[in-house]
Amino acid sequence: MNKYLLYPGCSMESSGRAYGDSIKAIVEPLDLDFEEINDWNCCGATEYLGINLIPAYSLIARNLALAAKQMNPVNGTGGTHTVVAPCSACYLNLAKADYYMQERPSLGAKVNEALNAGGLEYKAGTLDVRHLIDILVYDVGLEKIRSKVVHPLNGLKVVPYMGCMLPRPDYQHRWTDHEHPTELDDLLRALGADVIDYPLTTECCGGHMTQIGPETAFELIRRLISDADERGAHLMATVCPMCQMNIDAYQHETNQFFGTDYHMPVLFFTQLMGIAFGKHPDEVGIGLELVSARNALANIGIEVPVTQEPAAPRKKDEGLPMPRRWTKHEGKEAVR
Amino acid sequence: MSDTRSNPVDKRSSPVEKKIERVGVYVCHCGSNIAGTVDVVDVAKWAGEKLKHQGVVVAREYKFMCSSLGQELIQKDIKELGLTRVVVAACSPHLHEKTFRTAAKNAGLNPYLVELASIREQVSWVHSDKTVATAKAKAVVAGAVSRVIENRPLDEIKVPINPNTLVVGGGIAGIQSALEIANAGFHVYLVEREPSIGGHMAQFDKTFPTLDCSACILTPRMVEAGTHPNITLLTWSDVVNVSGYVGNFHVTIKKKARFVNEELCTGCGICQEKCPKKVIDEVYEAGLGYRKAVYTPFAQAVPNFPVMDKENCTYFIKGTCKACEKFCPTGAIDFKQEDQLINVDVGNIVLATGYDLFDARRVSNYGYGRLPNVFTSLEFERLSNAAGPTSGNIVLRDGKTTPKNVGIIHCVGSRDKNFNNYCSVICCMQGLKFAHLVHERTGATVYNFYIDMRTAYKAYDEFYQRVLEEGTLFVRGKVAEVTNAARRESEKGKLIIQVEDTLAGKQRRIPVDMVILSSGLQPRYDAKEVGKMFGISCSTDGWFTEKHPKLDPVATMTEGIYIVGCAQGPKDIPSSVAQGAAASARVLDKILQKEVTLEPIKASVDHEKCSGCKVCNGMCPFNAIAFIEDDKVSDINPALCQGCGTCVAACPAGAISGTGFSDAQIIAQIDGLLLRNLEPA
Amino acid sequence: MPQMTDERVRAGMNREEDLSLLNEVSMKTAGVSHLEMCIQCGTCGGSCPVAMDMEHTPRMLFAMLRAGMRDEVLRSNTPWLCVSCYHCVVRCPQEVHIADVMYTLKGMAIHAKLYTNATAPHFSQTFVDMVEAYGRSYEMGLATRHYLRHFPLRLPGMMPMGFGMITKGRMAVMPKRIKQMDQLTAILDRAKQLELNS
Repeated sequence: MNKYLLYPGCSMESSGRAYGDSIKAIVEPLDLDFEEINDWNCCGATEYLGINLIPAYSLIARNLALAAKQMNPVNGTGGTHTVVAPCSACYLNLAKADYYMQERPSLGAKVNEALNAGGLEYKAGTLDVRHLIDILVYDVGLEKIRSKVVHPLNGLKVVPYMGCMLPRPDYQHRWTDHEHPTELDDLLRALGADVIDYPLTTECCGGHMTQIGPETAFELIRRLISDADERGAHLMATVCPMCQMNIDAYQHETNQFFGTDYHMPVLFFTQLMGIAFGKHPDEVGIGLELVSARNALANIGIEVPVTQEPAAPRKKDEGLPMPRRWTKHEGKEAVR
Repeated sequence: MSDTRSNPVDKRSSPVEKKIERVGVYVCHCGSNIAGTVDVVDVAKWAGEKLKHQGVVVAREYKFMCSSLGQELIQKDIKELGLTRVVVAACSPHLHEKTFRTAAKNAGLNPYLVELASIREQVSWVHSDKTVATAKAKAVVAGAVSRVIENRPLDEIKVPINPNTLVVGGGIAGIQSALEIANAGFHVYLVEREPSIGGHMAQFDKTFPTLDCSACILTPRMVEAGTHPNITLLTWSDVVNVSGYVGNFHVTIKKKARFVNEELCTGCGICQEKCPKKVIDEVYEAGLGYRKAVYTPFAQAVPNFPVMDKENCTYFIKGTCKACEKFCPTGAIDFKQEDQLINVDVGNIVLATGYDLFDARRVSNYGYGRLPNVFTSLEFERLSNAAGPTSGNIVLRDGKTTPKNVGIIHCVGSRDKNFNNYCSVICCMQGLKFAHLVHERTGATVYNFYIDMRTAYKAYDEFYQRVLEEGTLFVRGKVAEVTNAARRESEKGKLIIQVEDTLAGKQRRIPVDMVILSSGLQPRYDAKEVGKMFGISCSTDGWFTEKHPKLDPVATMTEGIYIVGCAQGPKDIPSSVAQGAAASARVLDKILQKEVTLEPIKASVDHEKCSGCKVCNGMCPFNAIAFIEDDKVSDINPALCQGCGTCVAACPAGAISGTGFSDAQIIAQIDGLLLRNLEPA
Repeated sequence: MPQMTDERVRAGMNREEDLSLLNEVSMKTAGVSHLEMCIQCGTCGGSCPVAMDMEHTPRMLFAMLRAGMRDEVLRSNTPWLCVSCYHCVVRCPQEVHIADVMYTLKGMAIHAKLYTNATAPHFSQTFVDMVEAYGRSYEMGLATRHYLRHFPLRLPGMMPMGFGMITKGRMAVMPKRIKQMDQLTAILDRAKQLELNS
């Protein structure tokens, strides 16, 4: 059994729940042992780095320090120095901190000084930070994955969407290519899917632009879904919760913005693995997507219960609930 | 003048009798190069006083020691003061050691009794504090004085030169080099790996900037080389071993089996016509066309005998066919032919091994290998060549559609730290040539995407002007990607070139039908091993290293080995030809001297001390050390030894010493540097 | 007669060139930025998926950094549009850490209060505040706070999405909090001191 330290990332329990659920469903058939890093914190996504350098890297490094502490358990058995992150943004942040703390030792020293304030330390280079799909393709292997397939995805036309933060900048040269990597294609093919050649496989989904510059984000989302649609895809397969969220949750708004009518479901690749392994759609979070994959999955004879379709939105024009905890930085952010 | 005086030192028979030498010290100002940082007057004065007991009888400083007046100063002192040793504190020995040694020789002093103390490269140029620099210069001078006293007169070694020459590589540079030497009346072995000479130039359609037909200007040279009485042409052959040294190289050449008897073959071509096996021609046609399993790569091939490609021949694979044999009118097909080893002795070797094209698949964002209508430069050469697979029709990969818009991308794989860091020199002009050809033959709209337009040679910029005039659209920007993902209707079915037009400051997406990648040049895949076989080194980029980048661009650090054409670095045809000719001049110079003088700086083994451990044997980069089985000791061939000192340092028994770098000399120099030998105060 | 203007402006120099700017940005960037190596080839501007909305392409920004145009650079919307897709980074022939330079410029713009649109900096700050408060991101808090502040008009259109997210359990109503919040706070406080001193 292969043991890894798991850094789930915040979205795994919320917007990317389907990802978390489906990972849980495939871990056992593939003999994987994921041990969650105790008390991990948010990696800061793409937000903290743009505000303060050292705090941002310290925030990330706390996770590395905790993982390093956990990597060789006192009881001796099953030690590992590999951290697996299923979220591309988390993966990149962890890998980046590890790399830059080495490339610029003064940064490493300062980050460690900060960690010391919390009784922690991290020697850069101690851990191997890897993404889930890297583990699945290169450690578990396509052979083994193929051997677990009981419901091949034959006839399901899938666009493999790797996103940007996984194959790039690729500090440790883990991927076949920065622009057109084949890992996801190969994996989906192993599941029996009809994989469509998708030139936009590592283009950006818009990232946080859905939050701060929606018009920019909508254009990026449109490029992705229109090309996938043009190529006859039933659905897109993704490896990143942010990509899934943007393409799924903002597809409706994108359609409204451009006056289009795309219906391009986007699922996590692990959900498709679960389906192929014979898991029940419920178990792998099918139905949690807002752009329903129901019709797409019907192509391979998978029936998704109708009850899981989203209910109609509330008619009444009322805002979403609002938290009241907001004192700390109220004054600070008054600009101009 | 010098031979009228007898030199007392030369006559000295044994170093045992310790006599006081008469040393002259000369400190050079080198204008302000040294004098600006080092107090040269003080150094000379100090040497005259503090090193007097060592034998310094005169210490002078002078503005330019290397000037004829400076040299005369030394010669005068040798004669008048009877100097037996000379120290010149000036620049690096790399530059003027020869000057001062020759000056001493002409004054009757053995040249190896002169030492250079580098107080420029090692002192003035690397320090700014004058006090410290002056102190260091004194130490360096003291070291040189202590050392020179231990120097022994040495005699230069002369070896005869074999007048034959080996030229490796039959591209235009190698052909040129071979012809120059052969025309001067000396024999040349011209070895080529492929079935025909001609090299890359034989694949081209037109040559920039004058657009002469490449074949038209090349083939006469090929024919001349093929028929020259002084040239032995060995194609389909590889050099497999080289030993010896300048003047006396022994070379083993593997002549691969052609399976065609060259004595009987008339080159009629019936065998290729009848051969049923079609193979993609990855070499001559750059993968864009076909050949047969038995083939001559092109109509004007020299020699015109075909070769059989054993890997693809049906007979060799299945044991039947022999169509070629059946139809050959002279019975020249010989399936039993074997590889042949040929030994030749030569005095000089010219390496003209050329380049490989950068593999454009590595730039995955340009889509070569993924998007059908992205072509490499070499593919386009074949596409536009009248003798090529499309008879010169510039068409898309479907073989019939003429492109309406063509984008030419410069700097593919060059000037890019992800691939090759250097500029490949020819790609700008090549890109312009392509633009012209596309425009002329198809009338298509042509875009050229460049970072910097480099047209620095005679008549090159004029060609750029001409292409501008023809209406080619230039976009200054390194192309970001070539994609088939359309964003709007007008892009559908096209290749879209996405680029920042840096002069307009805007990102542009330009839909085209065809993309041509002006791929860079890179060292041959086996350049490193070839270099090792010939005893020369490669730069970090992998090109063969010349002796001096400016003043000795065709020689190498190994005497008798020359490099020409793209083997030395990317260059165009005119420069390759010029280098080919230049190397020949150097070779002829050597041949006409009839013998070559070797530096007497050599290592030698003290057989008494040698334990026969053979540690040194494998270390010698020049294969100069052999083990004498009878005596169980190692021995060094002085003609092969280049005096590098590797074995001296490696010998665990301390049995090897280097002439000119004896332990006594080195220790004396260290003592001197540490100011242990000063006049007691 | 043309109106008399400042002599320097008439001479074509309308600002002091701050030649230390490039180095300052480089030093503030994580890793080794290689910013000084830029050859202005435009690979970054050509690669950028959001270049169409940028006031300056990254390449132009680097030229402006070289020319010491501090205010113009920090006012540019370019760093705020960067989506960190790293296309430019892997393609850059000079290995400039472009995406990280963008992060540096955002930080400098916030510090100098020179950004022209507050949406992005507010979003980042709101996100960071949540993380500093809970140790985890809190999408619900973030979304509501941010949208009400910057995109109130988008909210009606987003109703189906927000509703779907909540009913499908994809957005937690309450934040999650890590156990050792004290430890994280201590680390971040110390890191902020170090940032100020550097």
